[in-house]
Amino acid sequence: MRQETPVAPTIGVLDLQGGVVEHLEHLAALGIPARRVKLAKDFEGVAGLIIPGGESTTLSRLLQRDGLDREIEERFRAGLKLWGTCAGAILLAREVIGEAAFLGLMDISVQRNAFGSQLDSFNRTVDIPALHETSVPLTFIRAPKILSLGEGVSSLLQIDDYHAAAEDPKILVTVFHPELTPNLAFHRHFVRKCGIPVQDGGERSDDRWRANSWVSFAPIP
Amino acid sequence: MTLSSERLVLNAQLAQMLKGGVIMDVTTPEQALIAQEAGAVAVMALERVPADIRKEGGVARMSDPDMIREIKEAVSIPVMAKVRIGHFVEAQLLEALKIDYIDESEVLTPADEECHIDKTQFSIPFVCGARNLGEACRRIAEGAAMIRTKGEAGTGNVVEAVRHMRTMNREIRVLRDMPSEEVTVFCRDNGIPNEVALKVREAGRLPVVNFAAGGIATPADAALMMQLGCDGVFVGSGIFKSGDPAKRAAAIVQATTYADDPAKVLEVSAGLGEPMVGIEIPTIPEEERLAQRGW
Repeated sequence: MRQETPVAPTIGVLDLQGGVVEHLEHLAALGIPARRVKLAKDFEGVAGLIIPGGESTTLSRLLQRDGLDREIEERFRAGLKLWGTCAGAILLAREVIGEAAFLGLMDISVQRNAFGSQLDSFNRTVDIPALHETSVPLTFIRAPKILSLGEGVSSLLQIDDYHAAAEDPKILVTVFHPELTPNLAFHRHFVRKCGIPVQDGGERSDDRWRANSWVSFAPIP
Repeated sequence: MTLSSERLVLNAQLAQMLKGGVIMDVTTPEQALIAQEAGAVAVMALERVPADIRKEGGVARMSDPDMIREIKEAVSIPVMAKVRIGHFVEAQLLEALKIDYIDESEVLTPADEECHIDKTQFSIPFVCGARNLGEACRRIAEGAAMIRTKGEAGTGNVVEAVRHMRTMNREIRVLRDMPSEEVTVFCRDNGIPNEVALKVREAGRLPVVNFAAGGIATPADAALMMQLGCDGVFVGSGIFKSGDPAKRAAAIVQATTYADDPAKVLEVSAGLGEPMVGIEIPTIPEEERLAQRGW
């Protein structure tokens, strides 16, 4: 007789606009079940949701239209973990300099597009011993800065005058794009934060990952 | 800068962040704000939308830097602007102006009928139009970080964009599935640089994002292009030449995201007011067809 098996805990990637497939590619590399989240029904069985990079105003309009923003808030109160990369971090912040906050679920203050135009986008490599034993490559694209952290929020990475990554018990934010590098450390960290076990190791070297590895998740018809 | 240089990868990655989004032509800061409010992922700053360029004629050039600067100051989303095909000095000016993306565009009057800009000489990213795989691959070899269909701009008629996307997809499938010894001759016959062809074979698609452009006027047009495999959509004249630009802009944004969901596209397609008046392609004299500019 067939036993009902519980659905494996899944990581969702908000699939409205932006760097969706890049996150799916990283989660696949970790062997973690992942799903695109586009409608309220897609949240079923999702332990953690990644709000990807893209344009935060675009994402906010799309989230508002069918009440997906309220769905995220309700699920969050019921235990859903969240990770915002770049635009996602802006949407999660309680304060956005010079404009109204959107979801406002994390006590941080951010400044959008804090480095300038695309010509000011850059890569750099840092050490984050708490997350990864070797240095971690970071990609900043028209990135925001986290200017201050509220009560209960801790910095994972401080650079110069700003925080580039921070977390509280339920939310992770990164102003850079781990999904655009070969490194899996931040994805592994978030998956664990969602209570899903994942093995160490299996790091991909640059020659196993290419900048266009995302294409296999975005085929032509 | 070479094909796989760090800067080019970073520039292609900005285009990746635009996936699933709509880039809108705007001619004033007010229009740019309407576009941003409606959910555009970027705006294209230009003095005349293609429909007006087509109507008024004359030489169409890069826009007034002051006008581009005003639009840049008005919005927080990325700002793109157009340069004439081959006009590398206009591109140098836009790089100095620090906009986010340059469109080397057939909508403007070409400055060079033989050569496109060597985009590897720039740090700023470029998007270029293409009608087929060969054209797309040549632009990528020249350093384009993003490709779009040419379509036939300023017509409100999607037929050419569909033709270009179908052509690219068909040629990609042929190249992907052929035995390796046939690749060289395929590249020769289609004017495809060999190293880009190998990347296309491996990826099974273009190795950079490929947007739809040229003639998109309705939410259904946008959804059609997305279902044909485009990564996002440019809308030129289709928004601000229509009866209710704000509403139509928001509807096209929604239709692009939910392209696979007919119920959603139906819902946003209702009550949009007058679309832009379209032009049938055969009524346009050969020499006035913009897609034929560049090769």
